Amino acid sequence: MEELEILRKQLIWNRLISAVEEQAQTVIRTAFSQSVRECGDLSAGVFNKRGQMVAQAVTGTPGHVNAMAICIEHFINKFPVDHMKPGDIFCTNDPWLSVGHYHDVTVVTPAFYHGQVVGLFANTCHIVDMGGRGLGPDSRQVYEEGINIPIMHLARDGIVNEDLMGILRTNVRNARDMEGDFYAMIACNDEGTRRLISILEEFDLDDIEEVGDYIIQQSHDSIRTAVRNLPDGVYENEMILDGFTDSIHLKACTTIEGDQIIVDYDGTSEASLFGINVVMNFCIAYTVFGVNCIIGHNVPCNAGSINVVDVRAPLGSILNVERPMPVSARHVIGQMLPDLVFGCLTQAAPDKVPAEGAGAMWNPMFRGGPTAVDADIFASSPTITQDFDVITFNTGGTGGRPTLDGMSTTAFPSGVRTPPIEAIEADYPLIVWRKELREGSGGAGRYRGGLGQILEFGCKDGAPFSVAAMFDRTLAAPKGRHGGHNGAIGVVRTDDGQRLKSKGRQTIPYNKRLVLEMPGGGGYGDPRLRDPELVRQDALDELITPQTAQEDYGVVLMQDMRINQSATQEERSK
Amino acid sequence: MHDMKSTTRAGIDIGGTFTDIVLETHGERFTSKLLTTLNNPADACMVGLKSVVQQAGITPIDVDLIIHGTTLATNAIIERKGAKTSMVTTRGFRDVIEIGTEGRPEQYDVNILKPEPLVPRRRRFTIPERINSTGDVLHPLKETELEALIPKLDKAGTEALAICFLHSYANPMHETVARDYFAKRRPKWFISISSDISPEFREFERFSTTCANAYVQPLTSTYLAEFDARLKTAGYQCQMMMMLSNGGLTTVQTARDVPVRLIESGPAGGAIFACDVAQRLEIRKALSFDMGGTTAKICLIDDYKPQTNRRFEVARVYRFRKDSGIPLRIPVIDMVEIGAGGGSIAQIDTLGRLTVGPESAGSAPGPACYDQGGTRPTVTDANLVLGRINPTDFAHSLLTLNTEAAETSLMTHVANPLNMSPISSAYGVTEIVCENMANATRVHAIESGKNTNDRTLIAFGGAAPLHICQLADKLDINRIIIPANAGVGSAVGFLRAPISYEVFRTHYQHLDDFDAEAANATLVKMEAQAQSTVKLGVSPNTKLTTNRVAYMRYHGQGHEIAVALTNDPLESNVAHSLKTLFDIEYKVIFGRNIGTIATAEIVSFAVTVTAEPDAVVTMPSSYTVEHSSHSTRIAFDSAMEEERHFTIVPRKNFLALKSVNGPAIITEKETSVVVSSIFKAHAMPSGDIELLRTGKRTLAKKTE
Repeated sequence: MEELEILRKQLIWNRLISAVEEQAQTVIRTAFSQSVRECGDLSAGVFNKRGQMVAQAVTGTPGHVNAMAICIEHFINKFPVDHMKPGDIFCTNDPWLSVGHYHDVTVVTPAFYHGQVVGLFANTCHIVDMGGRGLGPDSRQVYEEGINIPIMHLARDGIVNEDLMGILRTNVRNARDMEGDFYAMIACNDEGTRRLISILEEFDLDDIEEVGDYIIQQSHDSIRTAVRNLPDGVYENEMILDGFTDSIHLKACTTIEGDQIIVDYDGTSEASLFGINVVMNFCIAYTVFGVNCIIGHNVPCNAGSINVVDVRAPLGSILNVERPMPVSARHVIGQMLPDLVFGCLTQAAPDKVPAEGAGAMWNPMFRGGPTAVDADIFASSPTITQDFDVITFNTGGTGGRPTLDGMSTTAFPSGVRTPPIEAIEADYPLIVWRKELREGSGGAGRYRGGLGQILEFGCKDGAPFSVAAMFDRTLAAPKGRHGGHNGAIGVVRTDDGQRLKSKGRQTIPYNKRLVLEMPGGGGYGDPRLRDPELVRQDALDELITPQTAQEDYGVVLMQDMRINQSATQEERSK
Repeated sequence: MHDMKSTTRAGIDIGGTFTDIVLETHGERFTSKLLTTLNNPADACMVGLKSVVQQAGITPIDVDLIIHGTTLATNAIIERKGAKTSMVTTRGFRDVIEIGTEGRPEQYDVNILKPEPLVPRRRRFTIPERINSTGDVLHPLKETELEALIPKLDKAGTEALAICFLHSYANPMHETVARDYFAKRRPKWFISISSDISPEFREFERFSTTCANAYVQPLTSTYLAEFDARLKTAGYQCQMMMMLSNGGLTTVQTARDVPVRLIESGPAGGAIFACDVAQRLEIRKALSFDMGGTTAKICLIDDYKPQTNRRFEVARVYRFRKDSGIPLRIPVIDMVEIGAGGGSIAQIDTLGRLTVGPESAGSAPGPACYDQGGTRPTVTDANLVLGRINPTDFAHSLLTLNTEAAETSLMTHVANPLNMSPISSAYGVTEIVCENMANATRVHAIESGKNTNDRTLIAFGGAAPLHICQLADKLDINRIIIPANAGVGSAVGFLRAPISYEVFRTHYQHLDDFDAEAANATLVKMEAQAQSTVKLGVSPNTKLTTNRVAYMRYHGQGHEIAVALTNDPLESNVAHSLKTLFDIEYKVIFGRNIGTIATAEIVSFAVTVTAEPDAVVTMPSSYTVEHSSHSTRIAFDSAMEEERHFTIVPRKNFLALKSVNGPAIITEKETSVVVSSIFKAHAMPSGDIELLRTGKRTLAKKTE
């Protein structure tokens, strides 16, 4: 029955998405790095023999996913599929070939069936330590940022490449976690392979080429149609960011013509001298993510859904750097691209696009012990901890949405989660003294921006420690949309109020704490159109003050927190 | 006090729609099914109890034990009808239950929803105090600070109070001091402390569980007290025991103390029912499959025991997705629940893909074929069009189904957009819904390090038997059981549940410097607590068994694996053997031994005390054997992917027939067992139906 063929392909499509989900679960269950096991900083996918991604796990973070999708062709250029042998496993962490900094390692395993390669499985995980300075923006060259693994064999005949492991072990601070993560990544692809073979058997297929083409084509067509449904035009937007030394100007020009869409970052600032630069893969990843959020959120991610947008960035700009520029903290800039693109798309689809949010995550990379703090502070400190390295993943608020408030302290565009405080404190001499919503930080709007949060970190017995700051939006706020107000800018300081830089490693002296006040999301729509009852609820919950209720929202609250209807009416008619 | 060998027992399962009552006495079973009386669930229970007692020809005083499970706690959370709950927590951490993991349940949808916390911010109060991860006090708790909170808590209208301090699993002192203080000052408040309710690290889950407990406590407590009193008034002198989320039973008093453990007790009864079927038929590896109107629930069963878990989410707000509900850390029977049921709606998405669920037509407007205003096609509509359901004999003949309406809705919403015939589109709907269930099952199995293909499916619930052969094909399963009394499965399951209680505690121990003395002290304390809870419900002579489990991981990993301990005290040299056991368990689950590069640690212990359960009672079938009579009907066969003549046999006639080759449909009042052409159905002496695979599915080949 011909008509059942379509159905069959759709069933296999579902099955492949399920298979990569199982693949991702395996790595989450077995990984050592907190970033993978607790936070979900990973991606997993299956590729056809030509290196095109056919399905990808829903779990995962967009910077990985889309960049990983692009990187597989580099693997098969170096190791042609026809020459791959059972038991081969490949890997790389080359920022330019894969996911933009050394911490993200990609492992690729060919799947064999009846002696032939029938597809490739890949996964990318964030490994906490890959040597060098560790995650942070302070490097001037990529060589300082850790060890580079060119595309090479991680295993032959299923036996792990001991030469590679030996070199890695002696280059990193935490060899056990690093090695354990590699094993988890191998297990992850093995699971995918097992599933793929059972799918081929059940559906009596030789490979996934034909069904893969169907999947890719359907997805591609769907995104194309969505582009065609947007009005033709040239939509521009720009954004100012703190940068490291000087502020950074990001500029986007989105051109829509029929079913073509080009996002061109011409006019964007030159590369930074420090490690906040973005490689092209990563730039494409977050640009495509931003576009697809608005026009194709229900389209499963694969080669067809991510190759529609034509992304261009001038070589040498901060969004497309060349070796040896440093790239370690590239997320600080890269994760702002969805908001930048949203600002273009809102002109084409005004009722579909949220206001700006905090954007890039606020991920403090802590280091403790004698080698981590400034010499004078070490010399004068009565206490010191052992060496330790730990990163936490934290977020501000997202922007107000066309029919909903923004989400408080919710990762966007990143998809990672924060580790429990009790887990951090059990494993490291760090003490979190405060983790709370930052009152008043959400931009006023008919749909309020999500709130940021305040985090306060100290060390055991007041010992000094250092933090690699890589935070942004401390100078220019996330913008509101359609009359919504801006969200609050971020603040980096010590607990006694001393301002710290938003970028770069800094020492927190003895008995002092680091305080991070994260940005809130911008509001959406005129705050005076917000339901007064919702304004009252926000005031009751101390998310806003009664004063803000009156000044920004035009809602007058009485002593007992009831709404003064007549005064509100008067205030709002002003 | 109750003897486990009691001979007359009643099970009561209050669900959202139906209340099921089962009575077993001297080897006979009597059942009653009523509509749940939503404003006072006890009403239907009393009517149903009276009915089964009369059927059995006994009096209330003859009932030796009543076992009760209820969705009351679950519904209170889903519908936000719990108590006005306040929370007192460590200064600086007012928003733990609101901030959660900072993650999103879906990547690309900018319009996702996150669950509202059960305790709103205005009723969350903080207090200066701090304990660290090793249990040392960094900042002492002052009574004056507690005093200062009283007026604020009063003003908030507090009915229930959750006290949640950081690291209280390591040192509960501040929480107990605060509890004692508030209990003395405000004796009417229901107070829950996190070190009691869920003494595990990970503050979000622990706080969330504690708040949920406080939130449902006043309601549950009142209900149970009233129900207990009504039973006594009606002459039931026996004890009532409550079904827990992990399939164990406990006393009413314990249920009132820890009501959060009642959540999902109905579905747990279903899983215990399946375990009982597995044990009767000696099926060591089973998969229970319970499919109703809106969701399907699947549970892995090994050696007659359901898989259990310590993580659960209630009230998911985004497509049943993980991380979109309120997390609870309680011992539960581990089930995956997905939005796939008879009422699940089929549609074509923007990519031209056929999708089914999780949106459901529910009972109003219901499937298109109900003719009650529903126009969108559902799984039930598809089954009707495929000829699997008899339109005039559906759901006790309360409803005559409109096949034409089903066909029209399928045409409009599925067949035409895909350029298919109505029958192919109907088949497509059932294929997709089965595919969704099979995928969820496989992902669930992989998360547990288990397989699905070597298992026997045990199917119950109204929609399960219609799809069972298709699901078996997708999971590569060869044997299926449709048990007798599948319609009141959960209530029957209650009667099979053991009286037991599980205590769980975080207790970090690195194996390299293992302190056996500290570990033993913790384990002894835990066992004593579990024993005293169980002893409330059994006679003094009842034999109790203890199960001890260590949750272990490689140092540096985040997810723990359960390793069974013996009941002997741990010796200081036990570390080596524990490591070996863990390495083996790890390899079983993940296929690779990495013990050479990593050291292991214990994160937590679980101790379960169980009263020796009854010997399995084999219930004779309540079907009377009648002469074999059967007819045929044309219906769609999933194995050959074409329409075939199906043998139609009413279940009550099936015993005489002994067996039937597929394609066949065995009809019941509430559902039909669809036997595809590659299965053969056998009537078992126990009254169960067994389907055995006779061939492989042949997919319709491409017309090339």
